[in-house]
Amino acid sequence: MQSQILTWITFLPLIGMAVILLMPKTSMNAIKGVSLAATFVTMVLGTWLYFSGFEQRSLAEIQAARAGGDILGAQFVQRFDWIDSIGVQYYIGIDGLSVALVWLTTVLLFVGVVASLGIEKAGKAYYALLLMLEVGILGVFVSLDLFLFYVFWEVMLLPMYFLIGIWGGPRREYAAIKFFLYTLAGSVLMLVAIVALRLDSGTFSIPRLTELAISGKLMGASLPAHGALLGMDFTTWVFWFLFVGFAIKVPVWPFHTWLPDAHVEAPTPISVILAGILLKLGGYGMLRACFPLAPDAFHESAFALGVLGVISIVYGAFVALGQSDFKKMVAYSSVSHMGYVLLGMAAFTEWGMEGAVLQMFNHGTSSAALFLIVGVVYDRAHHRDLNGFGGLSQLMPRYWALTTLGFFAALGLPGLAGFVSEAMTLVGAFQAADTRFQVLVLLSTLGIVFTAAFLLYAMQRVFLGKKNAKYEGIEEINAREVFCQAPFLFLCVLFGILPYLLLDWMHPSVQNLINILKVQG
Amino acid sequence: MTAESHFLAFDPAQDFKLLFLALALPLVGYVIQLSAGKRLPRQGDWLLTGGLFATASITVLMFAKSLWAAYHGLEFRHHSGDEAGLWFHWFYSSDELANGVANVSAAIFYDPLGAAMLMVVGVVSFCVHLFSIGYMHGTPRYHIFFANISLFTFAMLGLVLSDNLLFLFIFWELMGLMSYLLIGHFSHDPSSGYFHKWATKACKKAFLTTRVGDTCLLVGMVIFFWKFETFRFTELWRLSIEEIARHQSLHPGEYPLWMTVGGLFIFGGTIGKSAQFPLHIWLPDAMAGPTPVSAMIHAATMVAAGVFLLGRCYPMFTPDVLDVIAAVGTITAIFAATIGTTAYDLKAVLAWSTISQLGFMVAAIGLGGVVAGLFHMVTHAFFKACLFLSAGSVIHGCHHEQDMRNMGGVRKHMPITFACMLASTIAIAGIPFFSGFYSKDMIILRAWENILGGKFTGASFFAAVGLPLAAACTAFYMFRMIFMTFSDSYRPGTVESPFAHHGGGHDDHGHDAHGHDAHGREEQGHADHGHADHGHADHGHAAPAHAHAATAHGHDAHGHDAHGHDSHAGHATPHESPLPILVALCILAFLGVFGGHFWLADPLHALKFWEHAHTWFETSVSFQSLYGAQIGDRLAAAVAVDEHAAHQAHTVALCVSLAVASLGILVAWLIYGRGWERSQRIAGRITHAIHAIYEVVKGKYFVDEALGTAIVVDMKRKDEPRYEPDASVIGASVQLANFLGWIDRNVVDATVNLVGRIGMSFGTGSATFDRVVIDGAVNGVGLFTQTFGSLVRLFQSGRVQQYATFAVFGGLALAVWLILL
Amino acid sequence: MGLGAYIAVSAALFALGIVAILVRRNVLYVLMGIEMILNAANINFVAFNRFNHAEGSQSNLDGRMFAIFVIILAAAEAAVALAIVLNVFHLFNSVKPAEADLLRE
Repeated sequence: MQSQILTWITFLPLIGMAVILLMPKTSMNAIKGVSLAATFVTMVLGTWLYFSGFEQRSLAEIQAARAGGDILGAQFVQRFDWIDSIGVQYYIGIDGLSVALVWLTTVLLFVGVVASLGIEKAGKAYYALLLMLEVGILGVFVSLDLFLFYVFWEVMLLPMYFLIGIWGGPRREYAAIKFFLYTLAGSVLMLVAIVALRLDSGTFSIPRLTELAISGKLMGASLPAHGALLGMDFTTWVFWFLFVGFAIKVPVWPFHTWLPDAHVEAPTPISVILAGILLKLGGYGMLRACFPLAPDAFHESAFALGVLGVISIVYGAFVALGQSDFKKMVAYSSVSHMGYVLLGMAAFTEWGMEGAVLQMFNHGTSSAALFLIVGVVYDRAHHRDLNGFGGLSQLMPRYWALTTLGFFAALGLPGLAGFVSEAMTLVGAFQAADTRFQVLVLLSTLGIVFTAAFLLYAMQRVFLGKKNAKYEGIEEINAREVFCQAPFLFLCVLFGILPYLLLDWMHPSVQNLINILKVQG
Repeated sequence: MTAESHFLAFDPAQDFKLLFLALALPLVGYVIQLSAGKRLPRQGDWLLTGGLFATASITVLMFAKSLWAAYHGLEFRHHSGDEAGLWFHWFYSSDELANGVANVSAAIFYDPLGAAMLMVVGVVSFCVHLFSIGYMHGTPRYHIFFANISLFTFAMLGLVLSDNLLFLFIFWELMGLMSYLLIGHFSHDPSSGYFHKWATKACKKAFLTTRVGDTCLLVGMVIFFWKFETFRFTELWRLSIEEIARHQSLHPGEYPLWMTVGGLFIFGGTIGKSAQFPLHIWLPDAMAGPTPVSAMIHAATMVAAGVFLLGRCYPMFTPDVLDVIAAVGTITAIFAATIGTTAYDLKAVLAWSTISQLGFMVAAIGLGGVVAGLFHMVTHAFFKACLFLSAGSVIHGCHHEQDMRNMGGVRKHMPITFACMLASTIAIAGIPFFSGFYSKDMIILRAWENILGGKFTGASFFAAVGLPLAAACTAFYMFRMIFMTFSDSYRPGTVESPFAHHGGGHDDHGHDAHGHDAHGREEQGHADHGHADHGHADHGHAAPAHAHAATAHGHDAHGHDAHGHDSHAGHATPHESPLPILVALCILAFLGVFGGHFWLADPLHALKFWEHAHTWFETSVSFQSLYGAQIGDRLAAAVAVDEHAAHQAHTVALCVSLAVASLGILVAWLIYGRGWERSQRIAGRITHAIHAIYEVVKGKYFVDEALGTAIVVDMKRKDEPRYEPDASVIGASVQLANFLGWIDRNVVDATVNLVGRIGMSFGTGSATFDRVVIDGAVNGVGLFTQTFGSLVRLFQSGRVQQYATFAVFGGLALAVWLILL
Repeated sequence: MGLGAYIAVSAALFALGIVAILVRRNVLYVLMGIEMILNAANINFVAFNRFNHAEGSQSNLDGRMFAIFVIILAAAEAAVALAIVLNVFHLFNSVKPAEADLLRE
């Protein structure tokens, strides 16, 4: 069981989904029970995996494992042939980059189910799709085979499309199609790159491909015209194809415009999952299946990536300031926050990379909390116009208190999680070998100020000041909503005070990754 | 008795735990208060005040230990990590795991400066808690208020005890959050009327303004970390000195440019937090918070943290940075002091005074007078806290009136408050034997030493002239405040002010007849110049940043009845405040008076104020004790002047200090000390004479307007007034944000949509092809099938025998075909 | 007597059965025709079994066994068919197959 724990975690929701599909449509309570149970057990397993199952290895141990052909030092590896004819393997495992995100996924999906309990429309299909989504996300995080990775990547796309398209707001079809096409466009580029890598190397195994790439054997030598495409040499276009595929998911400016629409239309739990974990897939994908497979191209384009990151940070914050829709504002804040991920990774220093990985996790908790917060007020007022409220702190003091915590976590107040990762990223970026990054850091601080500005401006308009008489009898945040937000706010505080609970896990793997990428230089 | 065994000797094994306890108590109190505060008896105020008393006791004990060590010539620099192994590993749980990367680990750093500051924070915080029991009694969200000031105290204590820049920054920002919440205290309380609206905006303004500075500090930290790879102060000092020495050996007389840039960014943090020009704008508006908050956060502790930061980072500053610091400090000191002379709101006077005094401290550090600046920080904390709390007591006694024109004669009604406030005012004005004199004199001395000794000449001239000027203004406006508030007789309702309606529904007053709004105030100010009887000063502007002008249509005819005042507001005589308030006042007044000289070894020496005496602070805190002997000697040598110059400077500074203080007080007495009516006439004449200047100063030099941060609280209009002028920094930012939002919709997203549309037209094209050609073919097949089917149908009679016949003959035919062919 | 004679009888019987099925208007005759076809098959089974093996060979009785099965099958078939006939009569008031043309629909 223990050696197969990853398979169990990944496919447990699938069992839940199968059970739900066999149940009659009318027994909603049983369906909800099954979904809760499936995600809860998954969460328990994921938590066990993070705090107990996963063994913290030192860098030296990871490097020792490299002699055994495992460049990543992955744990809980399972590997056997799947589609023999093209060399696809069922090859899964986790390392310090993925383990925290796996855990976060299991937590988020459980909370997502709890937050969904109010949804009545076509419940059976909804919960089945939600569980399928979990399978897809977890699969991406544990896959070590590029083809398997891609399969899970696509598995995740479909349920998301339906979850937005069926249970969304008024413009849900538009948003769902936009989301679908955007992601699909990225996937197609990814697929082309994956196929090219397979043709060149004869393997789909990510560790093996990494090994080849860093020893300079993944240059398209076995392909016609050395694999050149569109006037770019092999590694360059493979890198950019993979990068764009992942960048759309992050989302990096200018590929971000699906995000506000998808968020605004998606129901609250889906927004939470979307912001909390789906965006992380992009950043994770870059670290796992983009940079290590084309290290030369990565180093060449690092500054360009840093620029994109800073544009995302500053632009996202400014556009968020200009929004009057609560949810759209939070959506743009995601663009801004995920910019740090790109900036940190591009800087290619230990703190930069690690800050980026940490930022992914921390943004997962804080943005999840923010979307839940928006959901609370939307459920009551049925609109999200920031100017349409006022004085809510007098009517809903507990809700206001939780919101304050969430807002300050999002704006990177020290003592809360966001600060650690942002500070690490900025320090790391400033240390980059390329001194142009110092200018980028200075520019990105504008984002810090304006993030505070738009959050506090929203706080003032919604919560402070004169009461809006329309909401005199508005109901205070209820127990279920508090239960949903509490884990995330707790994690924000916990990892703000004790960041080593995350960094100890990530650090060796990040260092290993940096060593791997450095080899080529 | 040996030094080690004395009970005042620092014992690392025990004392770090005590310090930690002092730090933890407010945090524990906060958690208890937040979770259970409302259910506790008296909403838990006794719990937190008691906890703070314990904290204050510990800090005083520890402070005594530092003094004891100082007077016995012992070094007093303690680090919990180095001495007791008490570390808080932050980024990674152990340094081994960090594996070569810098881990961020924090520990308690306790030196004489920390000891003094910690004592200030502990004592002031305790007094403020005590004061709040009396002052905030019966207001909504009472328990939350206590929880918040308790957490603030935790943050400030943590800041003082931090051994590294990053943790200092963490607590620094945490204080910013508590400041935000506490300034916004009334924003959740509609019954606070005027403050309800004001606080709503003021808290955001305060946080964002300081956030600009905080971001600068973060960048400064990042720059220094980039080169030195550490946040620890001791390491930073050592490496900075080495770096400068190394650089100078290569380029004599020059300093590393990156250090100048980094130092300026760090100073940016001070500009934000300590309300230096041009980010001072938040502090006057922070007065929207409850008065105890103003006393603690916005006078004694948080704003002083910026000065504390400068003290902690002094060795990292190059002379260029120090020049900028001195210049900014001096500008702030003069600038704020002049504005202070025009304010009518009691708390606003004190707010501008605070900014001005902070300017003194900052300037002192920029001039190389670290000890002087930090000393002023300590003495100022006591007397300014006392002033604010006294002001709170007065406001409390006068039924929430804050406008000094509506006070007068309060001395008779509130004698203890008057005594405390007067003592503190004398201290701030710089009269010998009172604490403020010694610290302020040291600052002015520093400036003159620089000039006469030929050091730092750039900013020193400016400071040496500017600071005494500011000191004169200080003495003037402080005594103006005393005279207006306490002398003559009580005159409620002289002018209309928004404050007195605290607790009443002021919103509904029909002010329209007066017709003043944000713009009207200037017009009115001009139109009424002819009314010599009232004087210009009358046409006032109740408080800075409120465009709530008073009327000038005669005091008598003012007609309060028309405004529907609450019966309690206005005319009832002031009353002395309850006991907790008075106890807090007396403690602080005592410290404010004696904080300067009290611990001198030779009490008689204290009387000879004209001889430069080593105060307790100078004995305890010096360059050597702050930064270690080696670095300290080098820094001291950099600012040292020869004995002759020092002697000259001492004489000059003493004369200047005494002269400006007496001059300020004298002028204040001449104008305001001889009866209210007369003061109005004189003030009116003066303001009329220098009317243009007066308007500029009164408008606070329009910095707020230029930045677009002015807060307009208009009580007449029901809807939220929006004041977002386009031609300002904020206005431009908002416009940029809107523009980018437009870009995002109409350019970025439109591009995507365009691609989508192109895709769609391709789709439409292929759909046509599909319909005509492919679908045509399919339909063709269908048509064929249909026709064929109708033919075949004929055979389908439904008769079994017929089918069997077909089958048999079909079979036969097949057989024949198979056999024959 | 050779195999040819048996086959000739069988073929005649089969042809008669076919004709009965195709041309008789009464469904009972149709049934009889089916029985005749089945019996024609039986004759073939037995005959081929008899002639395909050497004299006295006990090893294989497949053909004869099949014949017995067919007889049993025919009995069952007759029972079912008669039941169908009864139902058809109920439905159409006739036992003429030409009138039962529901298959057309």
